[in-house]
Amino acid sequence: MPFNPHTNEEIRDMLAIIGADDIEQLFDEIPPELRINALSSIPPMVSEMEVTRIMHERAKRDGLTLNFIGAGAYEHHIPAAVWQITTRGEYYSAYTPYQAEASQGTLQLIYEYQTMMCELTGMDVSNASLYDGASAVAEAALMAVRANRKSKSGRLLIAGTLNPRYRQVVANITQGQGLKIEELPCCTELGNIIPESLKRYEGQDIAGLIIPQPNFFGVIEEVDALTDWAHANNALAIAVVNPVALALLEAPGNWGARGADIVCGDGQPLGVPLSAGGPYFGFLTCRQDFVRQMPGRLVGRTVDLEGKPGFTLTLQAREQHIRRSRATSNICTNQGLLVTAATIHMSMLGAEGLRRVALSSCERTRQLVDALTEIDAIETVFSGPNFHEAVLRLDRPVAPVLEALAHRGIFGGYDLYGSYPELGHALLVCATETKTESDIQTCATAFRAVMADARVA
Amino acid sequence: MTEPLIFEHSRPGRRAVAQAPLGEAGISVPDRFRRRNTPHLPEVTELQALRHYTRLSQLNYSIDTHFYPLGSCTMKYNPRACNTLAMLPEFLARHPLAPVSHGQGFLECLFELQEILKAVTGLHEVTLAPMAGAQGEFAGVAMIRAYHDARGDTERDEILVPDAAHGTNPATATMCGCKAVEIPTLSNGDVDFDALQSALGPKTAGIMLTNPSTLGVFERRILEISKSVHEAGGLLYYDGANLNAILGKARPGDMGFDCIHLNLHKTFSTPHGGGGPGCGAVGVNERLSPFIPTPLVERGENGFQWITADHRPQSIGRLSAFMGNAGVLLRAYVYARMLGREGMPRVAEFATLNANYLARRLSDAGFTLAFPERRASHEFIVTLKSEAREMGVTAMDFAKALLDRGFHAPTTYFPLLVPECLLIEPTETESKEALDGFVDAMVDIRNSAMHDAAAVKAAPVTTPVRRLDEVRAARKLDVRWQAGNE
Repeated sequence: MPFNPHTNEEIRDMLAIIGADDIEQLFDEIPPELRINALSSIPPMVSEMEVTRIMHERAKRDGLTLNFIGAGAYEHHIPAAVWQITTRGEYYSAYTPYQAEASQGTLQLIYEYQTMMCELTGMDVSNASLYDGASAVAEAALMAVRANRKSKSGRLLIAGTLNPRYRQVVANITQGQGLKIEELPCCTELGNIIPESLKRYEGQDIAGLIIPQPNFFGVIEEVDALTDWAHANNALAIAVVNPVALALLEAPGNWGARGADIVCGDGQPLGVPLSAGGPYFGFLTCRQDFVRQMPGRLVGRTVDLEGKPGFTLTLQAREQHIRRSRATSNICTNQGLLVTAATIHMSMLGAEGLRRVALSSCERTRQLVDALTEIDAIETVFSGPNFHEAVLRLDRPVAPVLEALAHRGIFGGYDLYGSYPELGHALLVCATETKTESDIQTCATAFRAVMADARVA
Repeated sequence: MTEPLIFEHSRPGRRAVAQAPLGEAGISVPDRFRRRNTPHLPEVTELQALRHYTRLSQLNYSIDTHFYPLGSCTMKYNPRACNTLAMLPEFLARHPLAPVSHGQGFLECLFELQEILKAVTGLHEVTLAPMAGAQGEFAGVAMIRAYHDARGDTERDEILVPDAAHGTNPATATMCGCKAVEIPTLSNGDVDFDALQSALGPKTAGIMLTNPSTLGVFERRILEISKSVHEAGGLLYYDGANLNAILGKARPGDMGFDCIHLNLHKTFSTPHGGGGPGCGAVGVNERLSPFIPTPLVERGENGFQWITADHRPQSIGRLSAFMGNAGVLLRAYVYARMLGREGMPRVAEFATLNANYLARRLSDAGFTLAFPERRASHEFIVTLKSEAREMGVTAMDFAKALLDRGFHAPTTYFPLLVPECLLIEPTETESKEALDGFVDAMVDIRNSAMHDAAAVKAAPVTTPVRRLDEVRAARKLDVRWQAGNE
């Protein structure tokens, strides 16, 4: 049933007022040759009870597995209160706050969110969110080309150590506008970008430099030197960061002598469950002077006609519903509900709670790496300092090992061969604060058993 | 009724209990990478945060609390079962890069949803990956460009867009490196077919159409339009914003559209969430199939698996890091199963019944419909031009006065070509008495305006704040709290 409340009597009364014989007559402007009468390939309706049974059965089939995969999506503890409040109907079933007087809850929450993201990233302004981390980097790249008035080339440098999926999305989204994106190679010893490797671009017209922190391998980049290089070459410094890491690592606003210009990333680690890849949210913050080049919604504080403080969408002249073909982006909605969760999550954790999450995740990953590299066939790959992920090299192809581990109830990491064949049989592992020492031992024992099995070679 | 900022509840050293334990040992991050200052995040207890955000929620109008006839947004009831079942622990804990062998239940839901959407749109293939309507539009126009490029037909960079279209349409054309060419609308609400024909030519990449249009009427000459555009070498893109009006009654694929996006947060009732997450699932016919964005789900010999750009070398590729808004897709799937083949046409039937009933009642009450000679689709437009002229009260004044009477306002001042317009979409889940109540409120506002226009122009008075100074918001930009700036 389509959840419609109409009784037969009401339908009759309503049709009488309209002056139609039956509901079918209301579709009389659709050319008859376009009308369909059945959707036979769609399954028949099921009750809530039946669909509940179907979904529980499928969820149970997928099961819960001890997970050591990170690679852009991170398992963190989320306080129970976060999603209980987030799914209140007043947040869940409202729309974009166009009618400000009837949307002060959502608007004030976004203003608080903007403040928190500015604090974390060390920037002046935050938008109300974008779709996800990957598309946020694409929007940041387009924004940098618009904002950098000294550059005419539409050319950006992107660290080869940025999440490969992000790099694909940046290429796919910016291609239509003719951006030229060049990748900087990764140092195979340290696992990050060597600032000296940028020398060959000196004196060239570069609109922006895209710098991840930490990078896809969990390795910490030389962000001060990279930011300063960008500014010395009239390029904007675009930071792509894990927001939880910023509880521990220097805020992009303080990178180098002048700080990064645009900061973006995926907000998932801030209270959003893994949920198979989404919905997450992208964030984007920047320096004050670039605010008019920002894509997406922005909430401002103002006063009402009695002088009482209140909140409203602002600088809408940047956006598609006003500016149409000359807007800063085609983005319409943001990821409001995820921002709701993240704002409540950050309030419940505070700076100290986030710092503890970051610290214990680093600690757990270190323990995991220690336990796994005790196995002869496993070694670490990079010598650079890392956050809560690390790259290990096996003495054999990674894929069959991961498959065997999965059969033992463990997701042992992410196989890097597809994106970085030059690293050999490399595996990216992650342990967050959610893993106990005993989980790590269970993982190490399973690796040991699988690696000892001659069939997995 | 206002609530202080969360930062004003903050006291140094205050803690919530849900925080993680401190790591036992030091970490290996060298000092020079360490953060020097502490970010000013709130320091509050769990109860304080919970109370604050509960109170904030109470300042919102929402579908769960109010009739919300926001035109073009399809604010229908979001069944709670969809949320509960999408949030089963196994689905929430699933890592996007976990092996497909351990995600067959999840993938089966996605695969079946793709099949259901193929059936309702009449298209050859569907991907669920685009994360919002605007990203679905991007995918559509990018595919159209890729199609022409693959044929060596590289001069086609014009996208035709009716002047009544959503702003996302022309903005999308620009994002894809195309030029948006506006096509005028006739006074009967149909696209000006003659103007359209003269705009077609060797530069035409395609056209973006919403049908029923944003004017709340069905584009009656759609078959002629698609024939002409195809003959000119262009392709047709269907903006699925208004699919609710024809679900199970007519299919964009049969109308000649080559690609389409569906707003699952409209037609398939996933929550709007205060402005997202959405989902802009994309359907294509065989012509555009090679270019479809990835990933998709297919049924292989060993179960369900991903189709990636490796399998589709001409694909426009991925538009998100993983699989789009997966949790939204599970909600849409549950909803689609509860509707089933019987329920889907009933969505269109009752959405259309409600819209035509409400339109007629408002018309009978003396309000002016923008297209009185046309059948309303799932939404319709009232123009308050004469009220503005005679009483000095605008569409915005009516919108604000509706808030005081317990209704969320309809969409105002869109489409831009109808003066003083309210775009009203009641949806199928509203009762006759809710619609009657809305008519009473509109009549009451007009009566008030006749006696005392100033009172209507002063609305709203019952909301947490009164009309806000938007000019000040833009001029004295205050977009973040800072300690000491109260």
